[in-house]
Amino acid sequence: MTAGINRLAEGGRIDRARRLNFYFDGEVMYGHPGDTLASALLANGVRLVGRSFKYHRPRGLMAAGGEEPNGLVRLRQGGRAEPNVRATDIVLYDGLVAASQNRWPSLKFDLGAVNDRLSPLFPAGFYYKTFMWPANMWPAYEAVIRRMAGLGRAAASPDPDRYEKRYAHCDVLVVGAGPTGLAAAQWAGRTGARVILADEGAEFGGALLGNGQQIDGQPAMNWADGIGAELVKAENIRLLPRTMVAGYYDHNALTLIERVADHLIQPSRGQPRQRLWQVRAKQVVLATGALERPLVLANNDRPGVMGAGAVQTYINRYGVRPGRRAVLFTNNDSAYPAALDLARAGVAVAAVVDLRARAPLAWRADLDRLGIAVMADRAVLGVEGRHAVTAVRIGKLNAAGTGIVPGLGRRIDCDLLALSGGWTPSLHLLSQSGARLRWDEARGYFLPGAAGEAGQAVRVAGAANGDFSLQDCLMLGAAAGNAAANDAGYRRRGRGPRTPLAAAEPVPAPPRPIWSIPGTGRRSSKAFVDFQSDVTAADLQLAAREGYRSIEHVKRYTTTGMGTDQGRTSNINALGIVAQALDVPVAQVGHTTFRPPFSPVTFGALAGRQIGALLDPVRRTPMHERHQANGAVFEPVGQWLRPHYYPKSGEDMAAAVDRESLAARTSLGLMDATTLGKIDIQGLDAAEFLNRIYTNGWKSLGLGGCRYGLMLGEDGMIFDDGVTARLAEGHFHMTTTTGGAAHVLDWLESWLQTEWPKLAVYCTSVTEQWAVAALCGPNARLLLTELCPGLDLSGEAFPHMTWQAGTVAGLEARIFRIGFTGELSFEINVPAGHGPALWEALLAAGEKYAITPFGTEAMHVLRAEVGFIMVGQETDGTVTPDDLGLGRMVSSKKDFLGKRSLARADSTRGDRPHLVGLLSEDPALRVPEGAQLIPGNDATPPQRGIGHVTSSYHSPNLGRSFALALLQGGRERHGQTVHIAYDGHAVPATVTEPRFLEPGERAK
Amino acid sequence: MLLLSCPWCGDRSEEEFVCGGEAHIVRPLAPADLDDRAWGDYVFMRRNPKGVQFERWRHVSGCGRWFNVARSTVSHKILAIYQVGYDRPELPE
Repeated sequence: MTAGINRLAEGGRIDRARRLNFYFDGEVMYGHPGDTLASALLANGVRLVGRSFKYHRPRGLMAAGGEEPNGLVRLRQGGRAEPNVRATDIVLYDGLVAASQNRWPSLKFDLGAVNDRLSPLFPAGFYYKTFMWPANMWPAYEAVIRRMAGLGRAAASPDPDRYEKRYAHCDVLVVGAGPTGLAAAQWAGRTGARVILADEGAEFGGALLGNGQQIDGQPAMNWADGIGAELVKAENIRLLPRTMVAGYYDHNALTLIERVADHLIQPSRGQPRQRLWQVRAKQVVLATGALERPLVLANNDRPGVMGAGAVQTYINRYGVRPGRRAVLFTNNDSAYPAALDLARAGVAVAAVVDLRARAPLAWRADLDRLGIAVMADRAVLGVEGRHAVTAVRIGKLNAAGTGIVPGLGRRIDCDLLALSGGWTPSLHLLSQSGARLRWDEARGYFLPGAAGEAGQAVRVAGAANGDFSLQDCLMLGAAAGNAAANDAGYRRRGRGPRTPLAAAEPVPAPPRPIWSIPGTGRRSSKAFVDFQSDVTAADLQLAAREGYRSIEHVKRYTTTGMGTDQGRTSNINALGIVAQALDVPVAQVGHTTFRPPFSPVTFGALAGRQIGALLDPVRRTPMHERHQANGAVFEPVGQWLRPHYYPKSGEDMAAAVDRESLAARTSLGLMDATTLGKIDIQGLDAAEFLNRIYTNGWKSLGLGGCRYGLMLGEDGMIFDDGVTARLAEGHFHMTTTTGGAAHVLDWLESWLQTEWPKLAVYCTSVTEQWAVAALCGPNARLLLTELCPGLDLSGEAFPHMTWQAGTVAGLEARIFRIGFTGELSFEINVPAGHGPALWEALLAAGEKYAITPFGTEAMHVLRAEVGFIMVGQETDGTVTPDDLGLGRMVSSKKDFLGKRSLARADSTRGDRPHLVGLLSEDPALRVPEGAQLIPGNDATPPQRGIGHVTSSYHSPNLGRSFALALLQGGRERHGQTVHIAYDGHAVPATVTEPRFLEPGERAK
Repeated sequence: MLLLSCPWCGDRSEEEFVCGGEAHIVRPLAPADLDDRAWGDYVFMRRNPKGVQFERWRHVSGCGRWFNVARSTVSHKILAIYQVGYDRPELPE
């Protein structure tokens, strides 16, 4: 077991009394509670943590927080494995298993590193330039590219853990729990407002946890702990540590990802791994802090190059020495406290190299006391070493910062180079909210712009707003929290919390922004801007030379800022370099769009519990269990599960469907028709309403009558059909297609509410109130007579397209003499709860007629044999009634929805597709539905189709296959031969009437 | 994710509603009298303004009622919510 060779003897927020064992690339090491995987790796002397995306360059940890671009690992194993997790975000636990990514065969010896040597072949836009042609080779290229250039692999087996979703409302959502956010939450909380405080980190305190500052004469961490303890007790404040605010959407809707159990070896029983919060906040305070930028110089990606702020955090928070001998390189004051922290931790500080002409005076005394040399007006020109930093080369830049003054170079041995290129306020979420950002030229970063039209109820405070001093953060955070609560309608009674006093900080001297440090001209050295996407300063300059002007295009061309870190450390440097190359101000270049999520989100969190059986509701009819007992195979129809067919032992689907289809024509079939949409329509104007909705006339329909109707959209195209019965003067029972029921009800409602509010009509869905058994076949009347004593079912007393109330097998029922098979049919409706009893009674009494339950497939065969259309199969939203030969259904006497469109020139042209029957020359061949009809006998593409097959079945009643099709001008082509493009061949078929059997006894 | 105030149910999240597109499109009283272009305008043509859009929404997962919304397509600010059958409201500049 490796010992923590870089662990400091004391200091930090870790519990040295407890050891946590973990595995990295199979090697066992240990850390302590309070560590992240990153700090534990550093403590164990691990500097090489991954290989870069494109060039496979060795990479180490650069940051200590969420901006880390390099330290991406595969965390956990098996179904729990998660790729591309930042080591800096992983809370260490006992038994943690992590592996490095994008290397083969091993991290230290990676064959892909040949890409680095070949890098002159991989300039910006390389993939676009090289693999564009021929287009059909792209899949082959892609397979290789994906293997070579990439990140981690997803788990191959299902994730055994649970993910949850939760909604919440609050008055004030505070994002970020550094000094600003803690003060904001404290002050907002004192008003009684409902507050949510969310922070990515496992502990509250933000930068205070790592930078060694003081509040009220104590380490600032103590103050943060104190506020945390106070907030925990407040009932109106919800604290969400380990929670990343991923997205900021309209009207203050934010999504949060809470990593509930990611810090445990596995979730405890019933505990979700992660929880997705959807929060609607009246007011938002963004206290998202700032991120340190690296400086862009040759080989600035070598393991051992780190942010100065990260160096401080590793020392102060984790008690880890990030190196033995350090050089710091800065363009601003931030490196100085880091130099002091390093020296105090026992690291030899070889030099602080400052780009500015004069080093700031404020730090002079402390530096002198610790014996730290400052080299002002100098730059680190390059880094030496491959798998780790071994030395840096130092020189002097000219006044413009564009070249090197010769003769002043020197070399310093070191194993740590701490960079500070200044700070970038973290405004991703603000930008997502719709707010504009403005470039502050003097300070060299974007700040919140003037509240524009898109402004939401949001405030930005602290470092995110460019106010970096700790005292400012504490006071401005408090003010923002208080004001947000006030705006949400809450006022504090009595005095506010005492204002904490931060230790005095020197006023920082202005930075010297130099976006790219000129190198010494060695070809093999690369100055990285975006470490995660492997984009160098030279790539950006090349893009500018090639004519790219828009930063959005530069981003897509070079891929800068397109990694999982969304360019957190690279965006501003990239803008600066592009602006310089284009010779325009940075403000004119602007910034790329910030899009959610702020950090990667697992699919598990997005899916939540909506997986497997909970993906979508399943609707079952009351007779479902009877069908199961009968061996039914089900098919989904919308959300419904319907029996598809009922195979007997030894039967395949074709045999079962043949048997069922024959039975319905020769003796007796029984189908569960419960899923048909049913809408109860009542009101004085119900008949008038139906007259406007359906294409045919409804006023003449008498009591007890049923009528088939077609519904059109205003574009004249069929969108639903069904039979509607008149139950009473102002009372109708409408049926719709199974899949269209909800849409039809919406359609009816929209006309009633918005266009015809004066019609007295009320629509209610009763689909689930009625169970429906469709009895059909020549013996239907015989069986029903037996079960309905006293009811005259003769053709004269109970004709086709009428209904009667009665009792079937002792159950109150509405019996409709309608059907969808062309056979003598009765559709028996009983209250849903009586469905199983009705079904049983029909099956039992029908045994003497060999009653045969049939599923949707046999229903399709039966209805297509007699030429009944199926909406959604014979129609696709472009089909008029006349196209289907249903012109007789269209009333000329009244207006109805869509009527005027039927008179448009396009609706009346002669070559519209018409519904026809097709009999293929080979009676055994069942052509696939959707197959194209072609004019000639040559199926070679490309050619223009003249129609398509809409339905295609084998019919046991016909003893052959048959099909329905939409064919251009088809009504004029009966008897002709067309061809069906199928499997590369042109299959000949004869065009027929779209009806293959005459209906049985139905109108008698 | 818009926050819409249903006139009957109050503030609800966008996912409870469906948007029915542009409001104040009146169905012609005598469609047969219109030429193809005029009828086509009614059926197909819709405004796509940058700025204030008057549109219909339905609280489909709630009370089921339709109502009208004036919304800025730039900022998504809800400028007015009013019942079907009423004229476009006066909006502050």
